[in-house]
Amino acid sequence: MKGLTAFLSILGKDMRTYYLKPPNISWGLIFPVAWAGMFLVRSGRGLEEVLSILPGIVTVSILFGTTSMLAVTVTFEKKNASFDRLLLAPLPLEIIMLAKTMGAILFGVINGLVPLLIASLITRLSGVSWGLMLAASFLTAVSSTFLGLFVAVAVSEVFEAQTFSNFLRFPMIFLCGLFIPVSSLPVFLRPLSYILPATWGADLLRRAVTGAGAFDATAALAILASMSLLLFAFSLRNIRRKWIT
Amino acid sequence: MGSGELFGLLGPNGAGKTTTIRILTGLSRCDSGSVRVAGIDCTGNPRAALRHIGVVPDESNLYPELTGFENLCFCASLYGIGRKERRERAHSLLERFGLAEAARRRFAGYSKGMKRKLTIAAGLIHRPEILFLDEPTTGIDVTSAREIRQLLSELHSAGTTILLTTHYIEEAERLCDRIAFMVSGRIAKVDTVRNLLEPLQGLHAMDISFSGDAGTVLAAVTRALPEMAFTRTGPSSLRASASAPFGIGALLRAIEAEGGEVLEARRIRPSLEEVFVRETSIGPEAMKREKERQAKPS
Repeated sequence: MKGLTAFLSILGKDMRTYYLKPPNISWGLIFPVAWAGMFLVRSGRGLEEVLSILPGIVTVSILFGTTSMLAVTVTFEKKNASFDRLLLAPLPLEIIMLAKTMGAILFGVINGLVPLLIASLITRLSGVSWGLMLAASFLTAVSSTFLGLFVAVAVSEVFEAQTFSNFLRFPMIFLCGLFIPVSSLPVFLRPLSYILPATWGADLLRRAVTGAGAFDATAALAILASMSLLLFAFSLRNIRRKWIT
Repeated sequence: MGSGELFGLLGPNGAGKTTTIRILTGLSRCDSGSVRVAGIDCTGNPRAALRHIGVVPDESNLYPELTGFENLCFCASLYGIGRKERRERAHSLLERFGLAEAARRRFAGYSKGMKRKLTIAAGLIHRPEILFLDEPTTGIDVTSAREIRQLLSELHSAGTTILLTTHYIEEAERLCDRIAFMVSGRIAKVDTVRNLLEPLQGLHAMDISFSGDAGTVLAAVTRALPEMAFTRTGPSSLRASASAPFGIGALLRAIEAEGGEVLEARRIRPSLEEVFVRETSIGPEAMKREKERQAKPS
């Protein structure tokens, strides 16, 4: 119960202080719309293309929604010593870090809902498997968040976290099968594609929307969950080693 | 440290005071030895005693975007304190620390003294048995520093165990039951203030400032008055001490013989500073520079 009180309090503070600020909310709305518009214009086929680009837009929205604030909520707080306030609390490190990342996960899932809402206004989504969509969105958000956390705790400066984050996010868009199917990638790039959480998330979201995917859904869900656990465990290990010196 | 004790760690910058606090509070690991806090062995698990301690770091680590009241409530929630209870405690502490009027203002807009007081309040919100304070009065105005010292005395009287680090020798002397002199990561001396001052009973001392170089004058007076002890306290000042009362005439003559002119001579009550200098070989000059550097507003 005490852990829950602390968890909710850390989450609430981060939501109010960081995530629910106007620049973030507007980013969360504009970003998916801009991506969708860009793809529709590029495809030249108009609204009938919506369903085919929707999984990609959702994936990218979640990826950017989850990873954009961790440099501030984690690296910046560590840099200005307010993170020490959390480390001094009698809480398991797991609870502290879950609370610190839950805001990013929620923000990522909400970001992913924006293109779905917009799509529901302009096309029929009756074929969408909502259960799989929800599970895939959540696990994609969790794995992306923990990837962002891994970067945020591996560095000591905010600009480093942002730079490394971009070095991961942008190549990921091209390697995760959104534009080019993984099977069509050069052989030497495919292993790289398989270790990216977005590859499995995008495939699951594609399956949820169109019914077709390259990988088995259960396997993809299990891989995403495993990647999330691994990234979280590595991040905690880094915190224990680098921040409790 | 004993329960209910107010213990001071005194030493220059780099002595290891903050590192000691970080080790005791679980933010750093020790290379060797063992750590026990509140009777709990924290050597293998640095975070084992966190529920029993409150920490006030030298730089405030509260949240600038939250108000004073929100900061205290947030800190209380980290200890699992329920909403009603944490609001009551926050109000009570804000009142006690004279911050009630600033309760709804953002922490970022607080003065340095107010920030320090709120940081201490945050360290007390869960009513810890042991309070660690790292340089609590460094760099803040005189009034706030006096208020903080008064608060620490009250907390001590109420039974809270306090570990305090400071550069201010007179602060340690005034507040602490026991003091450890720390130099280069080692405790040079630890004892009660009374015991530390004991060897100085019957010591007579005088601070003298003059025109001319202290090094030259020091050599001259040491030659002329071998029964007395002299310590350089500045570029043109020194401290004379002896076990028997002494007059200023012989000193004046010795200084003037070197071409110096005495500008001021003041009898002083031998203090902890004397003991610190004797035990650590760190002159008051170095400590004063340290104080001035630390006191500069950031």
